[in-house]
Amino acid sequence: MLIAATLAIFVAMILAIIRGIVGPTLYDRILAVNMFGTKTVLLISLLGFVMGRPEFLDIAIVYALISFISVIGVLRYSDSDQFKHTSVQDDLPKEEP
Amino acid sequence: MDIFILISSSLCLFIGSFLCLSSSVGILRFPDFYTRMHAVGVTDTLGTGMILIGLMILSPDLLVFAKLVIMLLLTLLTGPTTSHVLAKSAFNNGLMPKLNKKPLEQSKIKEPAHRNLD
Amino acid sequence: MAIAIIRMTDLFAVVMLTGIYGLLSASFFVAMDAVDVAFTEASVGAGISTLLMLVVISMTGRSEKKTRHKPLPALIVVAITGGLLIYGTLDMPYFGSTDAPIHSHVAPKYVNDSMEEIGIPNIVTSVLASYRAFDTFGEVIVIFTAGIGVLALLSVTRRPEDDEEISSNNDSMHEQHLVIRIVAKILIPFILLFALYVQFHGDFGPGGGFQAGVIFAAAIILYTMLFGLSTARKVINQTFIQLIAATGVLIYASVGVASLLSGGNFLDYNVLTSDPVAGQHLGILIIEWGVGCTVASVMIMIFFNFANRREMQRTNKSMHDTNQESQ
Repeated sequence: MLIAATLAIFVAMILAIIRGIVGPTLYDRILAVNMFGTKTVLLISLLGFVMGRPEFLDIAIVYALISFISVIGVLRYSDSDQFKHTSVQDDLPKEEP
Repeated sequence: MDIFILISSSLCLFIGSFLCLSSSVGILRFPDFYTRMHAVGVTDTLGTGMILIGLMILSPDLLVFAKLVIMLLLTLLTGPTTSHVLAKSAFNNGLMPKLNKKPLEQSKIKEPAHRNLD
Repeated sequence: MAIAIIRMTDLFAVVMLTGIYGLLSASFFVAMDAVDVAFTEASVGAGISTLLMLVVISMTGRSEKKTRHKPLPALIVVAITGGLLIYGTLDMPYFGSTDAPIHSHVAPKYVNDSMEEIGIPNIVTSVLASYRAFDTFGEVIVIFTAGIGVLALLSVTRRPEDDEEISSNNDSMHEQHLVIRIVAKILIPFILLFALYVQFHGDFGPGGGFQAGVIFAAAIILYTMLFGLSTARKVINQTFIQLIAATGVLIYASVGVASLLSGGNFLDYNVLTSDPVAGQHLGILIIEWGVGCTVASVMIMIFFNFANRREMQRTNKSMHDTNQESQ
């Protein structure tokens, strides 16, 4: 059961990376990185249990903290003028005058 | 007693991995950023929680159990906060959600026909 | 992943993908059962590097300029050098073969003798801090020099009126960022406590001075990002940080000198106390503390300087804009 859960998390991580490379807007990529981080935490905890070494949990706690701080950092420093979003409203149909 | 531990932890792990897989399917198939963020935020936190509870039932001694409890509290605290900060920052920088425009188009189709009668 | 990083020109996306790359390589290290390396890679590669690069791109610009010349001669030179290096390694024994010298002499000695001579379960820490303590001393000096380099190149003095203007700006933004500030206030003491746990637990599990210093610096950086640079400067003074950085290196060197004065070699811990194993424990404890101090304070120093530059650039740009509008 543990090994099945590990494989499932691994598949989820691969799908998140696909979204990270494809994702049209910037925020899709930030979301993909965040999700990748939380899945990595789970993967390391599960691997620790599978291999029988409980020291991996320290690493998992560190990853959780670091990914949180990284996402907050990204969002803090994206408040500047250069990152204003301009061209996402082209999804809406054009309105006739 | 042993079989009870095994069954309950397997159940928690199964539910947790199902939620994580569904969050990854959601992040690929949803149409807009805000819907994707909703999918990831909700199922990520809950899936992590279930898997950690499943691991807690299996844990051999008290130190491992304490570390898993700490990790669970941390995830519960940081998961929703990250979603909130992400959505707020995206909205403040101008990313608009994809809205459904169908009712407006119906009235627009009727208007030119009405004008042609004049 | 690496190919995607090279081909994209949007620098922000590149930073994101570099973060994922760091996390991926850390997962590989965990899968290969190398726990300390994974720890360090996670904290440094995926955390601090991403944050520092973000500050830099917020100052420089978001897309990469196109290069004007085709780098064909450079490609040929790199290919030839790489080919020569690979040809040189063909003589070395295969990765993981059992009759390589490193596996038949060096590693068994460390694995067999480490427990009797030093007496701590974590062999990585014992190799790093005792058998190879001089190399670690060199690493600490390198980190300290990097900090001095950043100080020399990037430090800009702040005038007091700049401080007041920026802090009033921060206070008005308090309501906008309320949720994240409260959550951070709950989390930061926990992160600092965890850094101390990693520092002193390095003998028995993964950890040690480097990782603990990076985690400590990450907590302070989180505080700085959310509450503004001027508030963070009131909490941690600039001169205090520089003093701590120098003190870390001093602690490391003084352990070496103390063992010199007690009659052994430089950084030989056996002569520090009457019992050699207790001497090793004491020596490892003190130098890990020195390493942790230096790493934490150098990271904080680098981040403060980058953020200071950025805010200076911001206020200069806004003053320039208002001057242009009023003209």
